[in-house]
This record gives sequence, structure tokens and C-alpha cells, in this order.
Amino acid sequence: MGWIEILDRAEVVTDKHHIRGSTGGGEIRRAPNLVPLRITCLPNDQDKMFKLSDKILLLCVGEAGDTVQFAEYIQKNIQLYKMRNGYELSPKAAANFTRKNLADYLRSRTPYHVNLLLAGFDETDGPGLYYMDHLSALAKAPFAAHGYGAYLTLSILDRYYRPDLTRDEAVDLLKKCIEELNKRFILNLPSFSVRLIDKEGIHDLEKLMPVGAK
Amino acid sequence: MSEYDRAITVFSPDGHLFQVEYAQEAVKKGSTAVGIRGKDIVVLGVEKKSVAKLQEERTVRKICALDDHVCMAFAGLTADARIVINRARVECQSHRLTVEDPVTVEYITRHIATLKQRYTQSNGRRPFGISALIVGFDYDGTPRLYQTDPSGTYHYIALHANAIGRSAKTVREFLEKNYTEESIATDNEAIKLAIKALLEVVQSGGKNIELAVIRRNQSLKLLESKEIETLVTEIEKEKEEEAEKKKQKKST
Repeated sequence: MGWIEILDRAEVVTDKHHIRGSTGGGEIRRAPNLVPLRITCLPNDQDKMFKLSDKILLLCVGEAGDTVQFAEYIQKNIQLYKMRNGYELSPKAAANFTRKNLADYLRSRTPYHVNLLLAGFDETDGPGLYYMDHLSALAKAPFAAHGYGAYLTLSILDRYYRPDLTRDEAVDLLKKCIEELNKRFILNLPSFSVRLIDKEGIHDLEKLMPVGAK
Repeated sequence: MSEYDRAITVFSPDGHLFQVEYAQEAVKKGSTAVGIRGKDIVVLGVEKKSVAKLQEERTVRKICALDDHVCMAFAGLTADARIVINRARVECQSHRLTVEDPVTVEYITRHIATLKQRYTQSNGRRPFGISALIVGFDYDGTPRLYQTDPSGTYHYIALHANAIGRSAKTVREFLEKNYTEESIATDNEAIKLAIKALLEVVQSGGKNIELAVIRRNQSLKLLESKEIETLVTEIEKEKEEEAEKKKQKKST
């Protein structure tokens, strides 16, 4: 059987053609049963979670650049609050502060196109998850997801979520979601970084790598 | 002389900026603050003015954190200090945002000093009536101690200790006499040196001293009054032992 070597910026087309690669000096041979197009690999080492304070994490996705800019801006302002007042903002206050900033920028010439999940633990209110989208909608939710993956995972969460989940059950539920993505989602998502927030603070759990994904 | 001290931007014929000098007088009226730079610790101590009975003690704070690794104590007008501290705090975070590194102690001192100088050279504004002792650890772990004054000058305190405010001269003389490599050899010794220096000028002992420390890679810690009391008793015991030894030497 033939094989195909993909060169820099060379697109490979059907098995009927013989193309000599120009850059790098490689060769493209025939390969029946295989019609690949551009294969791109997105960077997999970006941490999209930003630590706002000891017990608050912000997960920021969306337009490239906007995510980091906005999240770091919020992060530093939360720290400034801590310096000025001697104590950290509660997750609810931090979420509302973030939403207000997003809303203010929305009707300016430079809106931030970011979708956010803010997770935190409050001494009095307990754990809280806040869903925010690029139109500055804010909702406190028991579970949430952004992106195309949300279409698949929200139904899993809907079915299996209970308010009294233990820590291990919650991690298992997360694993179920990831398995579902592995099965039905078009993109191959090989690894997921997982973090947990409790009254002791933020903890890194081990990376989840669904079986069969490379 | 009196004609030249109304508008601040004006020099007097003999080259003085009187408003700045008057600001320095205001600083001399403020309660004493002392800063000690140890090897792995920096210490700030201030004289706590006795608080009225009906007043909550905790609301008067003269040692303030500017960032996780830098803090400052001031002598002079508390209200002016609040403004300076707020600006410094904003600058610390702004620096982290743009440069992704925490400020060095020198950088933030320079920022505060520049702010103070600006207020000595614009119309309608008077200088800030505070001197500040700024301590902290740089990114590479070196401890630093700086001092600023109302004119906007700042000094690096190379020799580990300095004092500002009322009776600063007395305290400085004490530090010059009693500072040795051993006196700051351990964290505890550095803290005790700060207390000893303040005890020279503070009236009623441990109750009127507020002390804060930063250790490398840790954030500001205010010592509780109990801890200060324990250390004061230790110091007094040591003093007695010293006096005993001297007596014995004389008698033999």
C-alpha cells in the first residue's frame, strides 16, 4: 500500500495523482482509501484557567488574545481589591465585577469576545459556578459548558447531575462527559486538565486522557 | 521668607522650597517608624499612638501591604499616606499586568518618590506630608529597605536599618550603635532589634508598638500584641542579665 507524506504547506489530494513535493524534497505517493486534507494540530499546552484568587478560578475561552487580555485584567483587579481591603472578593462579587466589565466593553468600539466560567468557594455560601457568555449574560448554575462540546455534554450533565454529588462522583461525571466527547465529537481532544476547588483552595487533579484519543 | 512659602512652585531667594521643608516638619511630628533588613526577613515597627477608649484599635493601621512581597510604613499625615498607598497598590498590579513580573522594591519606591516630586512642582498642590519606609523582597530573593521623603528623594538603606518620624534621630543613633552582623543573624534577632530600637522612644512598652514582618516568599504578617509582649519580656530579661554581668565585673 502506498503512503502519504505531508509536507509544509503542501496539500495532498486524491490517490490518482503523483505530486512531487517542492519544499523539503519529499515525495507524495499514492494512497488509496485515504483522502486527507490539511491536518492541523492546535496547541495543546495552553492553560485556559486563570487563578483570580486563592479560591476562585476563571476559565476563559473565545477570541484569541481577547481571552488572555480580559482574564489577566480581571485577575489583577481582583488582586488589587485584596491589597486595598485586606480580604479577597467573594466568588459572587467577582463574577458580578467580571460581568460588569464585560458589559461595559460590549458597547464600546472594542468588545471582548470571550465566554467564561467562574468557579469559586465562599466561606458562607459554599461552592458556586457562574456561567458568563460574550454578551455578558451571567447565571449561577449547577453545571455549565461552553463551545460545541456543550451540545453534547449538557445532556449528559442534565441526566446524571445531582446536587448532592460527592467529590469522586463529580469527577466521574466529568469523565462521562469526556467519554461522550471522545465518541461523538468531531475534533480529537486528547487531554483535559482538571482542577477542583474546595474550602482548602484550588487543587490540580490528574489529567484526563480519554482512551483511544492520541 | 514668609512671602516665598505660599505658592509651592516658587523658590526662595536662598534656594529653599519652603513648602517641602514644612512638609518635612510635619513628618517629624508623626509617630516613629523603624525598618530593619535581615538576611531572610524584613521588619517594620511603628509606634502606636494611644487610642481613645471608645475607638476601635484596628482601624488605625500604619503598616500597609502594597503587594504580596512589599510593604511600607509611614510617618506623617495619615490621610496623605492613604492616597500614596492606594496609588502604589494600583501600580504594583499594573506592573504585574504589563510586565508579568512583580515589582522590585526599588521600582515601587521610585514610583512613589516620583509621585511625591510631582506634587512639589505643580500649582495648587501641596507636597505629601509623609516619609515612607518601604521594605520587601525582590524577585531574586534579595531583601531591600528604602526610604522616601516629601521632597521626592529616595535612599537605599545599605546598612540594614533606618528610622523616620518623631525621635528618628534617637532611634537612628541607637541602631548605629547596636547594629552588628549578629544582631540580624536570625529572624528573631532582627525582630528584637526593631523592638529594642522602638522601646528607646516609646513610652509604655509593648502595648504601643505595632510590628510587621515579611519573610522570603511569604506575605506580610502583623505580629499580635501577645507575641510582641513575649518578645519585650525577653528583651527586658536580657537587659537585666547584661546589667548583672556588668555589676559582677565591677565588683571583682
